[in-house]
Amino acid sequence: MSVIEVRGLRKSYGQNDAVAGVDLSITQGEIFALLGPNGAGKTTTVEILEGFRTRDGGDVSVLGIDPEIKGLQARTFRDRIGIVLQSTSDAGDLTVRETLTHFSGYYTNGRDPEEVIEAVGLSEKAGELIRSLSGGQRRRLDVGLGIIGSPELLFLDEPTTGFDPEARRAFWALIGSLRDAGTTILLTTHYLDEAEALADRVAVINRGKILEVSTPAELGGRANSLARVQWEFNGVMQEEMTAEPTAVVNRLIEQFSGEIPKLSVSRQTLEDIYLSMVEISEGGAK
Amino acid sequence: MNSLPSTLNLGIRRGNLEIRQFMRQRESVVFTLLFPLILMAIFGSVFKDTIAPGVTFSQYFVAGMIASGLVNSGFQQLAIVIPMERDFGSLKRLRGTPMPVASYFIGKSILVLASMIIQVILLLAGGVLFFGLNMPTSAGKWITFTWLILLGTASSTALGIAFSAVPKSGRGASAVVSPVVIVLQFFSGVFFIFTQLPSWMQQVAAIFPLKWLTQGMRSVFLPDTFAASEVAKSWETGRTFIILLVWLVVGLYFSIRTFKWERA
Repeated sequence: MSVIEVRGLRKSYGQNDAVAGVDLSITQGEIFALLGPNGAGKTTTVEILEGFRTRDGGDVSVLGIDPEIKGLQARTFRDRIGIVLQSTSDAGDLTVRETLTHFSGYYTNGRDPEEVIEAVGLSEKAGELIRSLSGGQRRRLDVGLGIIGSPELLFLDEPTTGFDPEARRAFWALIGSLRDAGTTILLTTHYLDEAEALADRVAVINRGKILEVSTPAELGGRANSLARVQWEFNGVMQEEMTAEPTAVVNRLIEQFSGEIPKLSVSRQTLEDIYLSMVEISEGGAK
Repeated sequence: MNSLPSTLNLGIRRGNLEIRQFMRQRESVVFTLLFPLILMAIFGSVFKDTIAPGVTFSQYFVAGMIASGLVNSGFQQLAIVIPMERDFGSLKRLRGTPMPVASYFIGKSILVLASMIIQVILLLAGGVLFFGLNMPTSAGKWITFTWLILLGTASSTALGIAFSAVPKSGRGASAVVSPVVIVLQFFSGVFFIFTQLPSWMQQVAAIFPLKWLTQGMRSVFLPDTFAASEVAKSWETGRTFIILLVWLVVGLYFSIRTFKWERA
């Protein structure tokens, strides 16, 4: 079942075509990552889907609703989605528990605040004022607020900016558990390893157009790309790009008769693929 | 499946939350609630004369302070705080939830009303204890007082929300809003006897609600014989009601039309 359907989406600001004909189809229960450089049209696209911005053209359906609706219908729409924006910086004069309890009351199906506090790992901070939280803890509260209404669809905008590696892992586990519970998630992120760890599918967007939609493992022909074998010989690093890394390693085993110095075999990372895709699209457009 | 909570219900919940947040900003609470009393202490010490038989300056001044309180806690406070909430991203976050904007407005009105009630109690108690203030005795005057507070709160809140679209950023909001309020206070007879102001100033003031709130409050706190000393030789109670109502409608119209959730 399709949760988000977008056909030919367009949005311009003056002469600038921020979104120039985007098609997207996101199915229920998947984590879909939208990747792209700053100014690529990510934010505009997502904000149109969230109902924050109007569009100039194209068809948009989110949970079967056109997000441009107003009034009571808009309330019904927002009752079914959760939005985690970039963090707020208010004075934070409420406690974590007060904030989540209050927001829970906005929804028809608001979750138990204690359960959400537990889920985002803020149990020890539940009674503390928000102003006393660290950046990472504030971010977890943001996510808690995003899921407090039991959303069918969750928008996550740069969710782990400012997290330490441990907190990121914990956060990824939380997002995974939401997906397992059936929540559809649209993620925008700058971290390619995050997209790789979380996303079922990724789309790369640049200059207002979708370049490719694929799984992280297959994006940009990654699955069939050449592997890089590196080793040291006479104190100098050697490198070979090959479709058959095993054969290369076998050859090296014979050559060295023992441990091969500084041996490594690697595939292109998602980041390598992504950067070359963006570069090609920039070159093509110039 | 439950149904969505009503706009009024959410508005009341927001009001409670706003009050709680406000009360936790101690410096701001002390300043906002005690400032009128401090001003009254200063003016009461400087002007010791009576204005008319049985009317001390403190008695005259308390009307202006209560009217100013309405403008400060509604218009001024909101026109400064809302742009800040916009900058912080708090408004955008609210926009992403099913809470209707009307609930947000109701919540703000409740905060303004609560802050007004506390200010009035402090000001009147302080006035009676230290400055020989005479409280109104007739039921009619208390009724006028009550609707002035309610209608004043409503229009001041609505105008504050409407004006919140004017400052471009939270940081600059105070510089844009405060001069407007201070000039209005001087023109409207808060700090001086209104009838002693130049007539062009009186005419400018008569366009804006503060003059009418101040005059209305004088009708509550001054003896009825003083009505003859007003510009119109009367309290103009009916006209006050209508003008405040018109400003409420204007404020609501622009609040709805120009309210901005995000920084442009």
